[in-house]
Amino acid sequence: MAIMNVNPTRMELTNLKRKLVTARRGHKLLKDKRDELMRIFLEKVRENKELRKEVEQGIAQANTAMSVARCVMSDKSLDVALMLPTQEMYLNVAEKNVMSVMIPAFDVKFRTANEHDIYSYGFSETSGELDIAVKALSDIMPKMIRLAEIEKSCRLMADEIEKTRRRVNALEHVMIPRYEETIKYISMKLDENERSTTTRLMKVKDMMLNEAHHYNQ
Amino acid sequence: MYKIAALGDKDSIYGFASLGVNIFPADGAAEGTKILRGLAEADYAVIYITEQLAAEMSAELERYASRPLPAIIPIPGVRGNTGLGLDNVSKFVEKAVGSDILS
Repeated sequence: MAIMNVNPTRMELTNLKRKLVTARRGHKLLKDKRDELMRIFLEKVRENKELRKEVEQGIAQANTAMSVARCVMSDKSLDVALMLPTQEMYLNVAEKNVMSVMIPAFDVKFRTANEHDIYSYGFSETSGELDIAVKALSDIMPKMIRLAEIEKSCRLMADEIEKTRRRVNALEHVMIPRYEETIKYISMKLDENERSTTTRLMKVKDMMLNEAHHYNQ
Repeated sequence: MYKIAALGDKDSIYGFASLGVNIFPADGAAEGTKILRGLAEADYAVIYITEQLAAEMSAELERYASRPLPAIIPIPGVRGNTGLGLDNVSKFVEKAVGSDILS
């Protein structure tokens, strides 16, 4: 590891020592952040996987029923049946701060008082399969909302973990060793200067004694 | 108040209309991209998109990945499950941990 390009002075040494302390503290904090994020992320991603499997199964069932409905009913009457929905879904979005990652939290609101008011058509002109398809979708909908919430959270957290990990590694393997080595270099240089001053003084003393008393020790 | 949208081929997303999800039929990446851009600017918090369409416009979806909203979630369409959704989850794990430890 290359040392930094600095003057070997006492002031630089003090500065560098202060920077090293900050770097070490930052490293520890970031490492804690990474570990905690990782713990929450793994919890969430497991739930994400389970939810996704359930949702995909549910949608597959609904799609099967829908295909049957499409066969039984004419395209036109199906269009008419689903053209004007009675229900409307809204989301209230809150933001939750997890280790400085803002993750969304969704809260579902329905336009009509009864959230099961999902059949936007009369029963006389439509087939029962359509009811089954709509019901299946409606059953899986709360899970789909939860899936949206959790998948987005996982995505954002994965990005943040990657960033944090890079920072931790940069501090651990680049910044801190570089500071340590530069500090070592400066203190060795200063020691060396001190020793050379001492020897010089001793030499000068010898020469002065020699001149004054004409003797060699 | 935010709304929910479903984007994809008409047959896959039709059923969602009766639940109060706004549906936007789109065929092909060009049409999908155009609609998606409009939706992202409007008040849509969650956009469900069929896996087939999502695969075609993955570059476009990347643009919204780092934003908290909207959440764009791939769902299987009528033509079956392509596994794109679960692959995405594996990708998150790989990105965060370094390798897919859950599979």
